[in-house]
Amino acid sequence: MKGNEALAEAAIRAGADAYFGYPITPQSEVIEYLMANKPEDRTGMVVLQAESEIAAINMVYGAAGCGKKAMTSSSSPGMSLKQEGISYIAGAELPCLLVNVVRGGPGLGTIQPSQSDYFQSVKGGGHGDYKLIVLAPATVQESVDYVKLGFELAFKYRNPVMIQSDGIIGQMMEKVELFEQMPRVEPNYEWATLGKKTDQPATFITSLQLQAEEQEKVNHRLQAKYREIEKNEVMFEKINCDDAEYLFTAFGSCARITRKAMEMARAKGIKVGLLRPQTLYPFPVDEFNKLADQVKGILCVEMNAGQMVEDVRLSVNGKTRVEHFGRYGGMIPNPDEILNALEQKIIGG
Amino acid sequence: MTEEIIIAGFGGQGVLSMGQILCYSGVMQNKEVSWMPSYGPEMRGGTANCTAIISDEQISSPVLNTFDTAIVLNQPSMDKFEDAIKPGGLLIYESNGMIRKPKRKDINICVINAYDESVRMNNTKVFNMIVIGGFLKIKPIIDMENVIKGLQKVLPERYHHLIPLNEDAIRKGMEIITVEHQLN
Repeated sequence: MKGNEALAEAAIRAGADAYFGYPITPQSEVIEYLMANKPEDRTGMVVLQAESEIAAINMVYGAAGCGKKAMTSSSSPGMSLKQEGISYIAGAELPCLLVNVVRGGPGLGTIQPSQSDYFQSVKGGGHGDYKLIVLAPATVQESVDYVKLGFELAFKYRNPVMIQSDGIIGQMMEKVELFEQMPRVEPNYEWATLGKKTDQPATFITSLQLQAEEQEKVNHRLQAKYREIEKNEVMFEKINCDDAEYLFTAFGSCARITRKAMEMARAKGIKVGLLRPQTLYPFPVDEFNKLADQVKGILCVEMNAGQMVEDVRLSVNGKTRVEHFGRYGGMIPNPDEILNALEQKIIGG
Repeated sequence: MTEEIIIAGFGGQGVLSMGQILCYSGVMQNKEVSWMPSYGPEMRGGTANCTAIISDEQISSPVLNTFDTAIVLNQPSMDKFEDAIKPGGLLIYESNGMIRKPKRKDINICVINAYDESVRMNNTKVFNMIVIGGFLKIKPIIDMENVIKGLQKVLPERYHHLIPLNEDAIRKGMEIITVEHQLN
């Protein structure tokens, strides 16, 4: 199945209640698939093309406030439009699933694949001290699995979860195993606005606290939640790291191209491994720190001008050298140039 | 076994669906597969290409810069991908409309006149299936029965009555492909 279509099917099967979106390349197949497959007949799921990205994210905000499993998807310029709403949802502590099929920027940029929204997804994007849980699939299979996982984490922590895909994962086809249809659940949460009963206090959903003391309390609560997420939810994949003298790191589709470069390097006798963060937030800080004691250098390969590399440097805290190699603006690095960069910047550098 | 293929030609020639059919057929034969299109501001008559990988092992990169096989169906694709074939690899080209012949001497080269054959079959839509037949003759990596199963998967049920026609086209392609340059 195509990455975007598999992700859309996974949303229906995960028992999502609602999808609100607006088409944009290279993400449009998500809404196209949902429209064509009539999930309202299959599960009762609502699929609506909103009048804009801003409307879509605020529809998600509303549905999430009612305890519904709601999601939206877009690509980079559309995701920028949604940032205000995302900040509000994070501030109001509501669960939802966001999907960004990243394309080259800045501005309207290009429709070709890119990873240049790492900072936007991981470091905020909208205003205020908030965090999204950010999942980075590298295969069509992970695009499917992370929809299910994403909703679970969103409800576990009452926090928005972002799946950061890109034009490669969204457009490519490969084998995929779909999970069984899950039932839609009637929301029964204390925090959700489900209609006030006489014996129960009123429920407020807001991201506004005019008293600074109150707003600081909200921030304390959010930060405590983020520490909990950092403790429990880190995910990564390690390949050939046991005997590694050098380390590649990359996420998403770029990690697959880097894996090819690693195989080529191994064939030449270079002992290099690959650490692939599957969660970009929470970041695998401890794992990088441990490997920094073992390897002589780390090359961070990204389809951007150097974003995740900053988190890698913070994680290893000067223990080993960390360099970046990237192609950007919609260009895709090839395995030869990645191997070449390892030899020039890390081994020979 | 890993076969890394680039298929390139004009939009409308069935370039993308050729790659899909090979990949679906590969799945039927329990192979790992990946298919990556050149998506973009492309249109009918413009250039299109896709990378199809069929392997016994897990596929790392779906994006490649060198290939085991290039199937090129027009001159711009020949110009772009002839140099991207690995030494010892395979080039298959459609002779119709090709102005410049391939230059490489370190690869195997086969030629197929699928367009004229599709006209003889009174159905130019089977053009791409003739080319697939030619490829499978030279590199029999997938059995015919699994190609048919793949077609059943790709085609909507209302088109299933066309599967025998496609099977004929594949067999025709196997007959008409000729070797132009063979390495020892």
